[in-house]
Amino acid sequence: MNDTQPAGAAAPLKVDITEKTFRSATGVKIVALRGLSFEVGQGEFACLLGPSGCGKTTTLRILLGLDRQFSGSYQLPEGGSNRVAAVFQEPVLLPWRTVEQNVRLALPRNFRDKDLDGLFEILGLSAMRSLYPSELSLGLARRAALARAFATEPAILLLDEPFASLDERTAESLRRLLIRVWAARPTTVLMVTHNLREALLLADRIIVLAPRPAQVLGVFDVGLSRDLRDKTALDRLVLDFHERFPESA
Amino acid sequence: MRAGFVSAGARARALARGGGIVWPAATVLASLLGLCLVWSLAAGLWPSRAFPPPLEVWRVLLKEAGSGDLGFHLAMTLSRVAAAYVVAMSIGSVIGVLLGTHRRADSFFNPWLVLFLNLPALVVIVLAYIWFGLTEAAAVGAVAINKIPNVVVTMREGARALDPRFAEMATVYRLGPIDYLRHILMPQLQPYFAAASRSGIALIWKIVLVVELLGRSSGVGFQIYLYFQIFDVAAILAYTLAFVAIMLLIELLLVQPLERYTTRWRRGSA
Repeated sequence: MNDTQPAGAAAPLKVDITEKTFRSATGVKIVALRGLSFEVGQGEFACLLGPSGCGKTTTLRILLGLDRQFSGSYQLPEGGSNRVAAVFQEPVLLPWRTVEQNVRLALPRNFRDKDLDGLFEILGLSAMRSLYPSELSLGLARRAALARAFATEPAILLLDEPFASLDERTAESLRRLLIRVWAARPTTVLMVTHNLREALLLADRIIVLAPRPAQVLGVFDVGLSRDLRDKTALDRLVLDFHERFPESA
Repeated sequence: MRAGFVSAGARARALARGGGIVWPAATVLASLLGLCLVWSLAAGLWPSRAFPPPLEVWRVLLKEAGSGDLGFHLAMTLSRVAAAYVVAMSIGSVIGVLLGTHRRADSFFNPWLVLFLNLPALVVIVLAYIWFGLTEAAAVGAVAINKIPNVVVTMREGARALDPRFAEMATVYRLGPIDYLRHILMPQLQPYFAAASRSGIALIWKIVLVVELLGRSSGVGFQIYLYFQIFDVAAILAYTLAFVAIMLLIELLLVQPLERYTTRWRRGSA
C-alpha cells in the first residue's frame, strides 16, 4: 500500500453557487450565499476566510452533499480514491467505537484492514488506538478526526474550523500537525476559518468572503514557503492582508 | 446504617463495572431467605390448605420436577415467551424507527398506536383464537400484538433522539446500509431497545400465562388453571415461583452481562 500517493489527475475544485436561501421559522427568506464562485487548484491548500455567520459552513455542507437545496453547481476534484473527507467543527467520533474502529469505519470495506501505523504515528495517536472517544481530550479527539479524514486518502479534504474551541497552544500544535500529515499525504484541501493568522499560517491561497450573503471579495496568495512563516513573517503577512482587504479588518 | 448505605452504593458501582459479584449475591440471598422466613411464620400462625408453608411448596416443586412435568411446562412457556419477544421486538423496533424518522407517517399512524396501546390484552387473545383458531401461531401472535405498541412508543422516542451529525458523518464517508445500521443506528438506539426489552419480557410472560390458560394444553398457565380447579395452591405457587426464578436467572446471567458489554464505552459508572 503506497501511503504517499498523491490524489489523482489535475482536476480542480470548481464552485459556482448562484444562490442558497434559508427559510426562517417565521417564513422569512434569508439569502445565505449569492454568486459565490471560486476555484481551488489540484493539491492546493485553500482557506475560506470570512466573518462568523457569513455562510462558510453552508458552503462546505453543499460541497459535502449534505445540503442539496441550492441553485448553482460545483465540481469536486477527481482521481485517487475519488472520495471526499471532512473534519467538522466537532470531532463527531462514534463514542461506542474505539479510535481505531472510528478511523477504519470511514474506509471502503475492502481497505478496512490496511496499514495505518504510519498515520497514527504521525498524529501521535499510536498509544490511543484502542481508547474510546470519551477517554480522549478534545485535542486528541480532533487528531483522531484528522486521522479518519487522511486515512481515506481523499481527493479533497474539507475542514470546517477544525481548531475551534481549543486552547491556543493545542490549536497551534494541531496546525503544525495538520501541515505535517498533509505534506506526507498531499491532497486538495479547503478549510473554513474566521481566524486570519490561522489561514495565513496554513494556506497557499486565502479566499476572502464578504459578510452575508457570502460572495468572494478577493483572493490572497500567501506566496511564502510554509517553513518561513514564523511569528514575524506572519505579522508582516497580516499587515499585507489588511492593506489589500481593508474592509475585512 | 449510614455506612451500610454508602458501601451498598459502592458495591452497586463495583457491580456496574463488572467487579465484585459476591457481595450483591449474598445480599439478594439473605433478602430472599428473610422473605421465606416471614412466609413460613405466617403460614404456621394461620395453617390452611389455601396458604401452604414454603417447605410444602418446595416438596411439590421437587415432585413435579421429578416427574418431568415441571420441566416440560416451563420449557413450553419459555419458548412462547421467547418467540413472542423476538416477534414483538423486531416488528415493534422497525415500526418505531420508521415512525420516529417520518413525521407525516407518525401523525397518520399515531391514532392507530393509541388504539392498540389501549386494547385490553384479553380482547386481543380472544379475537386471535376466534379468528385464527386455537393454534400456537395465534397464541404467540396475540402476545406479540399486545407488546408491539409499547416497543413502538419506546423505539420511536429513540429514533427521534438520533444525532443528525452521525448520519452526516456516515454520508460523507459513504458508509453502506449495513455499516450504518450496525455502527450508527443500533448503538444509538441501544438504551431504548434495552428499556423496551426489560419492560417487555416481564409483560410478555404474564400475557403468555393468560394465552395458555385460555387456549393451550401445555405451559405454566395451563398447569395453574389445572391446579386452580382443584384448589392446589402449593402447586400453583410451585409453578409460579419456578418460572420467576428462571426469569431472574435470565436477567442476571444474560440481560445484565449483555448490557454491561454493550455500554462498555461509557466511561466509569454511569
